Amino acid sequence: MADVTLHDTDHDTDHGTHGHATSTGLSNNKLAMWLFLGSECLLFGGLISTYMLYRGRAQVGPRPSQVFDIPFTSVSSFVLLMSSLTMVLAVSAAQKRDDQGTTLWLAVTGLLGATFVGGQVYEFTAMYNEGLGFTTSLFGSSFYTLTGFHGVHVTVGIIMLMSLVGIIKRSTIPGNKAEVVEIVGLYWHFVDVVWIIIFTLVYLIPA
Amino acid sequence: MTVATESATEHNHDEHGEHAMSNAGYIRIALILAAMTGLEVSTYYVDFGALSLPVLLILMCIKFFVVVSYFMHLKFDNKLLSMVFYAGLFLAITVYIAALATFKFFTP
Repeated sequence: MADVTLHDTDHDTDHGTHGHATSTGLSNNKLAMWLFLGSECLLFGGLISTYMLYRGRAQVGPRPSQVFDIPFTSVSSFVLLMSSLTMVLAVSAAQKRDDQGTTLWLAVTGLLGATFVGGQVYEFTAMYNEGLGFTTSLFGSSFYTLTGFHGVHVTVGIIMLMSLVGIIKRSTIPGNKAEVVEIVGLYWHFVDVVWIIIFTLVYLIPA
Repeated sequence: MTVATESATEHNHDEHGEHAMSNAGYIRIALILAAMTGLEVSTYYVDFGALSLPVLLILMCIKFFVVVSYFMHLKFDNKLLSMVFYAGLFLAITVYIAALATFKFFTP
């Protein structure tokens, strides 16, 4: 008589979120996030390529060197970079089952992200006041689209972080909290990685 | 006949636990990334001449792979995840290089 035993459910409050075996041997949620991030490479690749293509071809309006404030943007970049550190500390705390540490580091990450977005808003406002609108020139359109999309991604990330803080405080995440924090962390790090590319290609490389 | 199937996620837990870095390690990496960012920003103030572009691009790539490998833990995770992500990245790079080439972006 065939006897099939599945050692599944009881252990998975520690390990998996849903307690079922997967054909890849990996968490489906984590695999899905990596797939999503792979697709995001295509999204941002398109936006960055468009910016690079239109670079130096604007006939009207202010030029990048006239509107960019490199010292200010450098500080913003540093802030976002540090938010990646705090995010990984949050994941580390979650793996140690330290809820207090997890929520603290998640909140700090969100705060740093909000600081970055605030800096972007200030920067966009300053640029607009200097005559660079969305429809002013090829530079304006491509720049605002690229950095605007990135800013929206950061904002969505902040919402995810704050939601996770609330959910952890109410202890309503079923299964493996560490994995949920890690998956949100993957999104956040990707957002930082995209900014690493944007900051170099858009701001630092001279036209 | 007895067939026992262990939960796939048990392997994930063990694999993940074995390779987790310490907080001190993450802080070290963050400081290295900050230093590289400082070096990148220095190109704005100091004229590196012909080296500006290669220095910036190389630092950008190093920072990218350091964040992906260590902060996103891809170096220590299952290779399938690396394949999935790098496949998307490779596709994006090749498609957009091809697109830019059709617009003669790389020809003077």
